[in-house]
Amino acid sequence: MSRKITRRKVLAGTAAGAALATFKFPAPAIAQAAPFKLGLLTVKTGPLAQGGIQMEQGVMTFLKEKNNMMGGRKVELFSADTGGSPAGTKTKAQELVELDKVDVILGPLAAFELYAISDYIIQQKMPTLSLAAADDLTQRHDNPFLLRASATSSQAMQPMGHYAATEMKLKRVVTIVEDFAFGYEQMGGFQASFEKDGGCVVKKLWPPIVTPDYTPYLAQISDCDGVCQGFAGSNPLRFMKQYAAAGLKYPVVTGETGGDDALLKSFGDDALGLVSCCPYTLDLESDGNKRFVDGMLKNFNTVPGFYAAGLYVNCEVVDAGLKAAGGDASDKAKFMAILKKVSLTDTPRGPIKFDHLGNVIGNFYVRRLGKEGAKYGLKLWNKTVKTYDNVSQFWTWPEKEFLAHPVYSRNYPPLRKC
Amino acid sequence: MNFWILLSVNSITFGGLLFLLSSGFSLIFGLMRIPNLTHGSLFMLGAYVGASFLAGFLSIKLDFWLAAILSAIVVAAFGALMERLLLRRLPGDQLAQVLVTLGISFMVADFCLMVWGGDPISVATPAHLSGFVRYGPAVFPLYRLAIIGIAAAVAIGLWLLLERTRLGAMIRAGVDDPDMARVVGIRVSQLFTIVFALGAALAAFAGIIGGPILSVYPGLDQDMLPLALVVVILGGTGSLLGSFVGSLIVGFLYNFGQALLPELAYFILFLPMLLVLVLRPQGLFGRQLS
Amino acid sequence: MNKKLVALGIAFLVLATLPLWLTQIYYVNVASQILFYAIFAFGVNLLLGYAGLVSLGHAGLFGIASYATAYMLAAGASHTLSIVGALVIGLLSTAIFAALSLRTTGIGFIMITLALGEILWGLAYRWISVTNGDNGINVHTRPAPFGISLASASSFYYTTFIIFLIALGAMAIFVRSPFGAALKGTRDQPRRMTALGYHVWMIRFWACMLSGLLTCVAGILFVYYNQFISPQTLALTSSAEVVLMVISGGPATLIGPIVGSALVVVVKSVVSGYITRWNFLLGAIFVAIVILMPEGLVPGTARLWKLGWRKTMARRRPNVLKAGGPPA
Repeated sequence: MSRKITRRKVLAGTAAGAALATFKFPAPAIAQAAPFKLGLLTVKTGPLAQGGIQMEQGVMTFLKEKNNMMGGRKVELFSADTGGSPAGTKTKAQELVELDKVDVILGPLAAFELYAISDYIIQQKMPTLSLAAADDLTQRHDNPFLLRASATSSQAMQPMGHYAATEMKLKRVVTIVEDFAFGYEQMGGFQASFEKDGGCVVKKLWPPIVTPDYTPYLAQISDCDGVCQGFAGSNPLRFMKQYAAAGLKYPVVTGETGGDDALLKSFGDDALGLVSCCPYTLDLESDGNKRFVDGMLKNFNTVPGFYAAGLYVNCEVVDAGLKAAGGDASDKAKFMAILKKVSLTDTPRGPIKFDHLGNVIGNFYVRRLGKEGAKYGLKLWNKTVKTYDNVSQFWTWPEKEFLAHPVYSRNYPPLRKC
Repeated sequence: MNFWILLSVNSITFGGLLFLLSSGFSLIFGLMRIPNLTHGSLFMLGAYVGASFLAGFLSIKLDFWLAAILSAIVVAAFGALMERLLLRRLPGDQLAQVLVTLGISFMVADFCLMVWGGDPISVATPAHLSGFVRYGPAVFPLYRLAIIGIAAAVAIGLWLLLERTRLGAMIRAGVDDPDMARVVGIRVSQLFTIVFALGAALAAFAGIIGGPILSVYPGLDQDMLPLALVVVILGGTGSLLGSFVGSLIVGFLYNFGQALLPELAYFILFLPMLLVLVLRPQGLFGRQLS
Repeated sequence: MNKKLVALGIAFLVLATLPLWLTQIYYVNVASQILFYAIFAFGVNLLLGYAGLVSLGHAGLFGIASYATAYMLAAGASHTLSIVGALVIGLLSTAIFAALSLRTTGIGFIMITLALGEILWGLAYRWISVTNGDNGINVHTRPAPFGISLASASSFYYTTFIIFLIALGAMAIFVRSPFGAALKGTRDQPRRMTALGYHVWMIRFWACMLSGLLTCVAGILFVYYNQFISPQTLALTSSAEVVLMVISGGPATLIGPIVGSALVVVVKSVVSGYITRWNFLLGAIFVAIVILMPEGLVPGTARLWKLGWRKTMARRRPNVLKAGGPPA
């Protein structure tokens, strides 16, 4: 995708740059005539590129469908590759804010990238819509300029815990996820709601992020009736394969990344029966989703998953906000307030609105991976078996009670005797 | 009991995979003194190329073993080019060798991302090896057991090549004293190209053999290179036996270490590596370095 | 000699007035990054170029200084205390690092430092009570020495520039000092040095300490610049990156690390905005450097410059002695 470099070309020579700096352009008479600048912080190189490339595809699909217009204004997209490092994210965020002067930032992808620019976003009053799941940024360390239309790390796992206990009737579950914050927060959410509904987590396994062979951990899975995994990126593929190869037959449940629809083309039969809870599901029969999926297939010949859908929805939110603001996003604080009030009914993930902390309240879909219903040339399909609507980041707990306990971590909730 | 049997057998199978991974690096470093930091990327490239061959080459779906060998040949050709065009100009200049091998690894990694995209690719286990073997309550995937056999075959093959063939003798002569070897009529520079190509081929072969277990994804190179380095260090650089023993040690450390000492999972390989280096810098079987 | 002074003088003037003519704050920030990464590269070059010891774990020391600063600031300490504390902790860590790594040289040294770097990286992930794991630690404010806040890009740049000049001066003095000569001796002829009565291990140890000091200073500047630290900074790729900066710029030269730092930072921060496949490009540039100037950019350019100058000079002078008369 080509980026707008016309302005930069002019500024290439420092002399030209100095000359331009002294020459003040008159403020445009009608703000709406100026293009709306959209910044995208994504990862296009390195191991996180898988999600990052999909994020960009989601944004491009939206822009192509709407003919590059948002809120009645032409859109200029500035796509920046953070390289998956916090320092790179900070640099690119500065590039988008200071050099490209964007109005809104979409992204970044990873929680540590978002933490790296959290202070900067507040300082620059830059409305940011991120996929990064870090719980506390919309809970105990709330960032007023962050809007999250996807989910917190625990938001999808809490209904999953409830479903596992009440519908799958699991009683003893072993959790296994990578040893980092996204993993802790997912499993914390799962454990809290699973144990609330009568289940018990017997063991928690934390393989390091780089674990080529999960066998040392698979060998410890016993004395249970189910497994909850929370892997992300390419790891779910490897895990499910090695799980089946180890001869383990317990039902496996997972969250938004562990059974991502984008992996359907890569999963093998070893993933059959995987139950996942995700804010987005490919098989949602709605106009909004149909438009989105058709767009992704037409433009990129790719079946979308959670990352692409998340960014497409973010674009819809920005579009709606811009319309409500009459095309004027110049007052950042005011625009942020408008964005927080956006409420949509027909996004690819269904109806959404935001709570006062900037996190989404929407549908979460429990799906089972099987062969029936497979479309788009896929052999496997995630079929929705239950929809939870109006799910907030606090699940069924009152907000005050939820925020009173510490953020989900490796040791919270603590393991108890089952 | 099941736990111990399972992990013991897996230690050996994982060790087998590690041997396949590190043998190429050990060969090149041991014989040519070149730290080939492109090794991880060649492993990944071999896996990607092999996966493509498996999916269909000129609209023919290839057999697993044929795909593996073809992939090894393709990457060997790439390795030979690398050696002839680049590494040959830098005899003994280890810093430049580090720079060029790292530079090429960046290029290969980005190339793979460009061609195969960011999504992981699953490599199907070959049909005749996709069953289980049961020993009491313990279950072992047949493919993993097969890897032990493959690793052993490669180890024996390499040993035979180096110790029992004329080519091997010439290689060893060229390494021990290149000038004398040239005087005797051995084409040393050609030999070095062959050795490097062989090392690259081993890396690629390991990549596709490991495919059914590890799958193929961007970042595979960065995940596997440190493992190869740990094996080579623990076992001793430049020694095939060292590489073999090192692989087994790392296999056991990896499996039992992570299972029994989960708190130390991030350090389970590097702490022993540090210990060995501090106490015996040449590794367990290597000759004195530097 | 005169030409060199003039060139240095121009470079100094250009850098000293940078924020005045480089009006975009973004590029001033890029310049700050080049400078503190150059200080990091000085530290690595001290060992790699002058002592012949390649370290693949220096990002660990860099990270320790950054984490120490961030941790103390988060615990409520003042900026001065945090910086001093970070330097002390950093130097203590360097001493341990050196004591372990100097057991061997050559490839053994590379591997020990790699292992140490990886262990420190793992600690950064797992010691959550201190490092906050991969969520990292935020540094909310920058110091304000003498009442001048460093929050703005240009004031931070000037501070970095001054510290950079001090580091560069220190390197220049060191290289020409007897200690520097002794270190180069241990690189080239360790046995002869021992025979002459030099304590090779101690010389290398003190070189490590100086290298550690430069690295820690760079780490502190880094954490104040980004106002954030997380385990990624200690990864093997970070250590490899600074080693590449030194090798591509020219090991054992004063200006080499600066050029190498500029190359990598510019490609990552500026070129990546225009070229999606910047990673491939960076690799290609390294390969090109090895083909055209295997001794590094700075020595290589100097060599080509001299060669080019002489060749151009020779072409200008008509060679009447050549058969066939003067060239057409």
